[in-house]
Amino acid sequence: MSKPQNVPGDVRSKSLVDYLNDENVRAVLYQIIAIGLVILAGWYLVSNTLYNLEKQNISTGYGFLDLEASFEISETMIDYSAQSDYATALLVGLLNTVKVAVLGIILCTIIGTIFGVARLSSNWLVRKLATVYVETFRNIPVLLQLFFWYALIPAAFPHPRNAFEPLPGVLLTSRGTYLPVPVADNAYTLMGIAAIIALVAIYFIKKWATKRQDATGQPFPILITSIGIFVGLVLLAYLIGGAPTEMSIPALKGFNIQGGYNISPEFMAVLIGLTVYTSTYVAEVVRSGIQAVSSGQWEAADSLGIKRSVALRKVILPQSMRVAIPPLTNQYLNLTKNSSLAVAVGYPDLVSVSNTTMNQTGQAIEAISIFMSVYLGLSLLTSLFMNWFNKKMALVER
Amino acid sequence: MTNAQSDTQAPASFITVDGLTKRFGDTVALNDVDLRLDKGETLAIIGPSAAGKSVLMKCIVGIYGADSGSIILNGDDVSKPNAEARPEWASQIGMLFQQNALFDSLTVWENICFRQIEAGTMSRDDAKAHAIDLLGHVGLAEESAVLKPNDLSGGMQKRVGIARAISSDPALLLLDNPTAGLDPVLSNHIELMIAKIAKQRGTTVISITNDMQIARHRYQNLMMMHDGKVYWSGPTSAIDDAHNEHLTQMLNGSAQGPISMRAGKRNDGVYA
Repeated sequence: MSKPQNVPGDVRSKSLVDYLNDENVRAVLYQIIAIGLVILAGWYLVSNTLYNLEKQNISTGYGFLDLEASFEISETMIDYSAQSDYATALLVGLLNTVKVAVLGIILCTIIGTIFGVARLSSNWLVRKLATVYVETFRNIPVLLQLFFWYALIPAAFPHPRNAFEPLPGVLLTSRGTYLPVPVADNAYTLMGIAAIIALVAIYFIKKWATKRQDATGQPFPILITSIGIFVGLVLLAYLIGGAPTEMSIPALKGFNIQGGYNISPEFMAVLIGLTVYTSTYVAEVVRSGIQAVSSGQWEAADSLGIKRSVALRKVILPQSMRVAIPPLTNQYLNLTKNSSLAVAVGYPDLVSVSNTTMNQTGQAIEAISIFMSVYLGLSLLTSLFMNWFNKKMALVER
Repeated sequence: MTNAQSDTQAPASFITVDGLTKRFGDTVALNDVDLRLDKGETLAIIGPSAAGKSVLMKCIVGIYGADSGSIILNGDDVSKPNAEARPEWASQIGMLFQQNALFDSLTVWENICFRQIEAGTMSRDDAKAHAIDLLGHVGLAEESAVLKPNDLSGGMQKRVGIARAISSDPALLLLDNPTAGLDPVLSNHIELMIAKIAKQRGTTVISITNDMQIARHRYQNLMMMHDGKVYWSGPTSAIDDAHNEHLTQMLNGSAQGPISMRAGKRNDGVYA
């Protein structure tokens, strides 16, 4: 900070220049100017948009959500018809997105772990097959893979008229897979409650058995007991509920198949595409996690005569988990966000339903704001869960 | 295991390594190595890096299978690591690794009794009590039993490593550089502790060391290795001062030494 050179006697101008030369004052001034510019720009954009919308007679706001959607959605998890409102339609889309994302995350973790371990197999064939799988599906854009699966399913399966029936009641057709399902009955609700009770009971029995084994070394046949309790309770609930036997069996009626539960080709294409694509990344995460554990750990376990499979489970994987969880979170987030590509094969996910909504109502900004905040919310939820899990694993580690 | 057999065969030694050869690709890590020890004897292995010392130990403990030759331990050829009796052979051997190789995922006491817990020979409570008892032997407090290896200092980790190595009361103790990275006072302490434990239990000890003085004064036998071959072996009492100077020179890689010393590297990138 050099003293400004001013004309002596000009007291007022000197103090002002002095003031402006002060670093702290400048810093605050710059910030005020910067914030002011941002607010100005924002105000300009918003007012411009509002003005333009008004000129086109488009009302703003979320009032349209209560209007009748008047379009059909091919697959819904909740009650929905063309008479439902837009809010319900968007909820249907959201649930479809969540369904494919959750299933995809579970499947890609399982498949990815298997291929990750397989890439380190001592068996040449297993190792090479895993490498080919990973390198093939990792290096093709996921959108193209969705197109591929979506093109493959109708081409690979027969027309409903000559549906392929691998098991009685299970029909594979170019319009999806049809499964027989029991017709809704109160007994099934009862069975669900029984299953939850059984799981709670198993949890406490397992706790007790571990405690007893710690104390006395006596192992408890926990697996057999658990299966017994679970099957027994659920079966009991089924019998109490009157043992309903009515099934909805898919069958050809007219040009299409009626009844049963339909897994649509769109859903299959999205699920397979996302799972296969993401599982290759998960495989690499798992592989690098295992390799990050020093070879001394394998050798030490080996020197104690511990089996390789036990060493992998008790020594290597817990340590690789610590390394793998953060990149795994990334992959889960990617899968969730990539599920928005489902619109390309016509799976009615949130983006697809939002698109229809936008086209019908013209409320583009509102619809986009809804699905952007929903994806943000989903991603943040996944992130929060994985952070919690990471912390838990880290605590177990140290 | 084969006590009856060793009773009848009068001079059967406890461990006999005969013509042991181990290759990694084109590199010969062990070349026709012979070794013979009776029960309760101690042996120091000395030699420059990449001499094959660690590889020899890992062959004995069964981490590496031998390419040719045999390792007879208590009457069994243990050079085939995939054999079904492997866990039983392993329980006769305790090994301390150079970097300790403690399992970071387990607590100290689980580390020490991992073998017993996994084999189901001890309940977890018994194993914990056993581990705490062993911690006392290696000079660690009971409280450290529930810590994770990462929470311990280098010296403490070394002690836990020793406790793990002796947890099944093995007849053979393999120590890969037990005092590497420790200060002189601590290494002296550890060496004394090992000697005491071995004497109490009548354990046969094979130890890799870099210190000629420790090898000469604390061990009954010495084996000097170079380039995968045994360069010299015999009882330490046979080493007179002139001989000692010769061997020390070789170890230190002096210009006048009989073999030029260079740090070699195996093709798998591991320094032995």
